[in-house]
Amino acid sequence: MLEASNLECVRGERRLFAGVGFRLEGGEMLFLQGRNGSGKTTLLRMICGLTHPVAGEIRWKGETIGALGEEFREELCYLGHLNAIKEELTPLENLTASARLAGETLSEDEALDALEAVGLLGREDLACKYLSQGQKRRVALSRLVHEKRALWVLDEPFVALDIAAVAWLAGLIGAHLQRGGMAVLTTHQAVEIPAGQVRELMLS
Amino acid sequence: MIGTITAVTARDLKLAMRRQADIVSVLFFFIIVASLFPLGIGPEPDLLRKLAPGVLWVGALLATMLSLPRLFADDFRDGTLEQLVLAPQPLGLTVIGKVLAHWLVSGLPLALLAPVLGLQFDLSTDALLVLTVSLLIGTPALSGIGAIGAALTLGLRGGGVLVSLLVLPLYIPVLIFGAGA
Repeated sequence: MLEASNLECVRGERRLFAGVGFRLEGGEMLFLQGRNGSGKTTLLRMICGLTHPVAGEIRWKGETIGALGEEFREELCYLGHLNAIKEELTPLENLTASARLAGETLSEDEALDALEAVGLLGREDLACKYLSQGQKRRVALSRLVHEKRALWVLDEPFVALDIAAVAWLAGLIGAHLQRGGMAVLTTHQAVEIPAGQVRELMLS
Repeated sequence: MIGTITAVTARDLKLAMRRQADIVSVLFFFIIVASLFPLGIGPEPDLLRKLAPGVLWVGALLATMLSLPRLFADDFRDGTLEQLVLAPQPLGLTVIGKVLAHWLVSGLPLALLAPVLGLQFDLSTDALLVLTVSLLIGTPALSGIGAIGAALTLGLRGGGVLVSLLVLPLYIPVLIFGAGA
């Protein structure tokens, strides 16, 4: 269970938001909304522990995420608006390397299966610098296919994807929620998540 | 624990192999600096022998500096660094892995190249051996101290110059002990 209370964010001299709180149970999704610059990405980074709030706290299963440290990070999967893929490596190498760095084991079959799911089979041995923007995004998203961590934090996951891929990703998030997982995401697109309870939080 | 370090090191080494121009430019810099001195000073074996350790050490130090700004910058730019920070392993191990990889592609080749360049300075076999061993011991320190500077200047404009200002004073003890060996 993820719980945040009274969060405040200050950027430079400007206060982006204050008094933000939410509560998320297994199987629920939090949909962050707000115009550009309203602090959506910052809030996502706070949930991950990458940025510290000026005030307020975030709790995971009753304990603050700062105190949990590695225990919390073991259950967290973050996908930022940067793809976190290496241009010199192939999609297959990127996928297996990121799994290893996250402390997971991913067999080659599983990795190929994930790349097939994102429609990159046949490109798995091509260096990522030759891929299009949308394909690079798909490489980054392929991490989610076999992701078993409980909390997904996704920053604009639908950007640069075509219609079919958007529907596929929505299905993937839905399946994750059905397994009892949680997700926090931002998007400017209207996307229908097929399963799970959706909560909305508007930053203004 | 070892698994984390090897995973990070293996990935960085693989990346370095795909981008060999970076490794080669560091080594060429070292070769050129070390070769210019004998040419500039002229054929005076005694003087060259005396200068050799200092020149080679300063060359190795500056060559290491050259590769430092990219130690974390590439990972920072493409978002991989965030993922490394969020990985459930202790961050210290990840950094050790990256420093190890940096040493393997810069410090180690520099130390192995040094005896060849030392020949230009008319060094004896014993002196060449001492020089190589001192570089083998000293260059990991250069990578380690350099990583602190690279981390502190990450994301800043003109970070490269700042790294030099931060790190060069800290390199002085290594240089004195290394060149004095």
